[in-house]
Amino acid sequence: MDKKTGVYLCSGCGIGEAVDIAKLEALAAKEGKAQAVRTHAFLCGPEGVDLIKKDIAGEGINAVVIGACSPRVNTDVFSFGAALIERANLREHVAWCQTPNTEDTQALAHDYLRMSLVRMQKTDSPTPYLAEDFARSVLVIGGGITGMTSALEAAEAGTDVVLVEKSPALGGTAAKLHKQTPARAPYRDPEDTGVREAIRRVMEHPRIKVHTGAEVANTKGGPCLFDVTIRKGSETIEERIGAIVMATGAKPYDPAKLGDLGYGLSPDVITMEACEAMAQKGKIVRPSDGKEVQRAAFVLCAGSRDEKHLPYCSAYCCGAAMKQAVYLREQNKDASIYLVYDEIRTPGQLEEFYRRVQQDGGMFIKGKVSGVKEEPGKRLSLEVTEALLGSSPAVIGDLDLVVLATGLVPNAGGDNGGVLHLEYRQGPELPTHKYGFPDSHFICFPYETRRTGIYTAGTVRRPMGIAAAREDAAGAALKAIQAIEMTTRGAAVHPRAGDLTYPEFAMQGCTQCKRCTEECPFGAINEDEKANPILVATRCRRCGTCMGACPQRIISFKNYSVDMIGSMLKSIDVPSEEEEKPRILVFACENDAYPALDMAGINRIQMNPHVRIIPVRCLGSVNLVWISDAMSKGFDGIMLMGCRHGDDYQCHFIKGSEIASVRLSKIAETLSRMALESERVRQEAISIMDFRRAPEILSAFAESLQAFGPNPMKGF
Amino acid sequence: MSEAIAANRTILVVGGGISGLTTAIEAAEAGADVLLVERNPYLGGRVAQLNKYFPKLCPPSCGLEINFRRIKANPRVKVFTMTEVSGIAGEEGNFQVTLKTSPRYVNERCTACGKCAEACEAEVANPFNFGMDRMKAAYLPHDMAFPLRYVVDPSVLGTPDQKRIVDACAYGAVDFDMQARNVTLTVGSIVWATGWDPYEAGNLHAYGFGTFPNVITNMMIERLAAVGGPTKGRIVRPSDGKEAKNVAIIHCAGSRDEFHLPFCSRICCMAALKEAQFVREQYPDSKVTLYYIDIRALDTLEDFYVKVKNDPNVTFIKSKVAAIQQDEATGDLILQGENTTARERYLNRHDLVVLATGMNPTTAREKVPVEVVTDQYGFVAADSGRPGIHAAGCARGPLDVAAAVQQSTAAALKAIQSISRR
Repeated sequence: MDKKTGVYLCSGCGIGEAVDIAKLEALAAKEGKAQAVRTHAFLCGPEGVDLIKKDIAGEGINAVVIGACSPRVNTDVFSFGAALIERANLREHVAWCQTPNTEDTQALAHDYLRMSLVRMQKTDSPTPYLAEDFARSVLVIGGGITGMTSALEAAEAGTDVVLVEKSPALGGTAAKLHKQTPARAPYRDPEDTGVREAIRRVMEHPRIKVHTGAEVANTKGGPCLFDVTIRKGSETIEERIGAIVMATGAKPYDPAKLGDLGYGLSPDVITMEACEAMAQKGKIVRPSDGKEVQRAAFVLCAGSRDEKHLPYCSAYCCGAAMKQAVYLREQNKDASIYLVYDEIRTPGQLEEFYRRVQQDGGMFIKGKVSGVKEEPGKRLSLEVTEALLGSSPAVIGDLDLVVLATGLVPNAGGDNGGVLHLEYRQGPELPTHKYGFPDSHFICFPYETRRTGIYTAGTVRRPMGIAAAREDAAGAALKAIQAIEMTTRGAAVHPRAGDLTYPEFAMQGCTQCKRCTEECPFGAINEDEKANPILVATRCRRCGTCMGACPQRIISFKNYSVDMIGSMLKSIDVPSEEEEKPRILVFACENDAYPALDMAGINRIQMNPHVRIIPVRCLGSVNLVWISDAMSKGFDGIMLMGCRHGDDYQCHFIKGSEIASVRLSKIAETLSRMALESERVRQEAISIMDFRRAPEILSAFAESLQAFGPNPMKGF
Repeated sequence: MSEAIAANRTILVVGGGISGLTTAIEAAEAGADVLLVERNPYLGGRVAQLNKYFPKLCPPSCGLEINFRRIKANPRVKVFTMTEVSGIAGEEGNFQVTLKTSPRYVNERCTACGKCAEACEAEVANPFNFGMDRMKAAYLPHDMAFPLRYVVDPSVLGTPDQKRIVDACAYGAVDFDMQARNVTLTVGSIVWATGWDPYEAGNLHAYGFGTFPNVITNMMIERLAAVGGPTKGRIVRPSDGKEAKNVAIIHCAGSRDEFHLPFCSRICCMAALKEAQFVREQYPDSKVTLYYIDIRALDTLEDFYVKVKNDPNVTFIKSKVAAIQQDEATGDLILQGENTTARERYLNRHDLVVLATGMNPTTAREKVPVEVVTDQYGFVAADSGRPGIHAAGCARGPLDVAAAVQQSTAAALKAIQSISRR
């Protein structure tokens, strides 16, 4: 587009007192060749905004550069329809954190304005990625209570649903339960699971197409363009799908591995599933002889919270065992029921159910089962190392039944032939976290997976009971609908929700190095047989990690590119060695580090005046050419400030900051080729609350750079 | 405002904490129009007051920042702070809701330059930090406040500060003529997400909260540990500012207790483990003792429990503490009770005691202004009994952040179904 640039400077909030605005105006006119340059003492006020609006209407200004507060504030105020907007942060990053009216402060303001002008030169309005044949339907994989609930909730909101269930009938694990633990006030009695009702509603719903005895054989494409092959016996069904909910559930931990707890010793040592099956048939009896159960013991955490088995807690088992204790007491009011536990975990209102079972005669024994024996007469005994009652093991004898409360293992596709069968460069299934759950790593954004438009729900993603799984199912359905809503507008989903840009590849320069296809945290880029990258745009989350990866610099967004940032840093005025004014360049992650630096300003914390900050979408988008460009330009040091990586990573793009650190570890060679110390380039983990620490880190960095003296490339 | 939106297709979300915020944004990004009302002058609710989340020990502001950016980018969400819902009438698809907005005395011309706070001389207790420090009566509610706009406390009305504040503002943003306003609007669906209050620790008479200055609550230690808190992140004793290096945390303080909150608040065990980490990370030579009944580290949160258990300077004592006494000379606290695993009585001295109090639903104190189904504790039922009104987050039950977000996302869908039916 033909740009007609207007530069609007604010002298309010202390900016006018800290810098010489007239000089900035001159810079805008001369270096920036702006067609209009205006200053107002209250630019975000109605009069200031009118000034800009008038120029847009009257002068045809369509590229607006605002030199005022941080781009994080007044976003709605400085928004003018189709006009392009760039912001120079003269308030938080200059006036509020620098000594007023010094040469250094003025130079800083000049550099920020220059960078915004260059950014404006290099930016363009985005054209959203749109296709004619976007699908709006949701595929739900798994016909258990979670999958059925997802299907129903999506259908009730007006979405067409395809539901695929592997077994011949709907219902899943919940269909094998007699009842569920209480979910409704007063939380004292086991409740109907709601499975039968859900099956009926799913079968009757006009918007839900059900395929039982069917599996997903292949998935290709991306959100709104998923082409899914469903195999049902010898039949093959093709569906174009908008988004996917994966609700494949979990299976009980294999009891055969629990010989130590007596499994296999006697038919009367059973799992909760077997106990539930008997209850569903009408009565829980001794499997060995069908006789009445007088005395029974539940072994909680059987194979759970145990490094030899499942190290995690399955969350539902305490309540489920109590529910079966209630079944046994209801069928025989004289039955003695023992529950051997380490910690009782009945969170929330379920505590009331625990109380009820205690009041009803359930005997809770804190301890660890150290042995199970068959006594003469085929009855069983448990040896319990009791934590509460004494140091010598206690024996619970004369037991008719021992029930092992085993945990849950997710059906995430790894070990049972696959679920999604994605035709993705980065593998056919969802990446899983520790213990095989394809759960989100995020506390605030629990639905974010690493495969755009595919959401997990229920026990496949973390252990939970029925009530929680049904809520989860509805949440995942919303996310699926939302992904469709955003994608059909050509917009990105979380965390850059609404972003209309996407990466474009200048393929003539591609060397098929595969870095972009390997590094994309979301597996958005496929490869053809010649290793050319093929972007599946609707999978893209717009982090720019591919752009950072590309050594040929062929990947660009309309408003974010290697050339843009490179030109911005080249526009910074680097004083000559004689002036003894070092320059430090900071690439700051706009999600956490940049806001932290803003906060430093808001708290009026002084910043080193020699630092220049460039916000980036994610450290993953930092291209190493910027480092060598900046070094050639004469910067004395470069710091990447971004999110923590490792086990407790905070990077919103999951891998971005980690990839940046890997890339950076390889830069020493480049630097030594330039005869520069590798310590001149560093990465620091900065969280959003590090607003006191971040300026200190920068000062310390500046100090450490003095040891190396000025960058010898200055002035070349 | 309401003219621009097809009113009966609008969702009203009540409460701007993590649950309401999530419902509002998730619904808006799925194409719905949303009004988000919050009583405080800022969004973020309880999580904004937390230092870090378990188990990743990451700051809540990190996720809030993303959520605020989503709001800024989405014209479908309209935010009203300092606003409460005083009345609801009508039915699904056609509710008339009355919103009451209290005066902020600062209008949208505010640039957050802070000159009003500089000029103001009066100070008031800072509620964000549970009154542990004081702030100017013209204030930004906290470091990360969104919207980034000052507030003036009504106590300055009629004092010399009133003129000082007006004179200090170069932008005409201070307006003492502001009055409480009532507006009635039509919406199609309502999501109630008013969250929770910390259980009143003063009710736990044996523990001396309010009498012994070094007995504090779990929410208070979050503020003490926070860089934006009253001590800029230093965990010190309120009585004398001494570094707290021998800290006791009492689990289930008023929870799982029929005289107080009979239910389990789910988050407090994990929060206690996390707060133990705050102390341990700040003072390598510190000791933390946790007095607990059961440690409820559900699902994979178990890993965090194991990690804290492996710290030799953290001691777990299975016990309900019977009573606390204060050593008048030192301000230390003496905890008395029985260790049920060792089967012995103890008298343990600590320099700071943290009460892990539970979550009291806000709806127990302030009812939804229309009849809905609640449980015996005041939490709103999954089926509110009123079509079109859905509850989310801790208004439904005690939840951790991830579960509250899941449920709030589900509530967004329920609300969308409500407006789609019409």
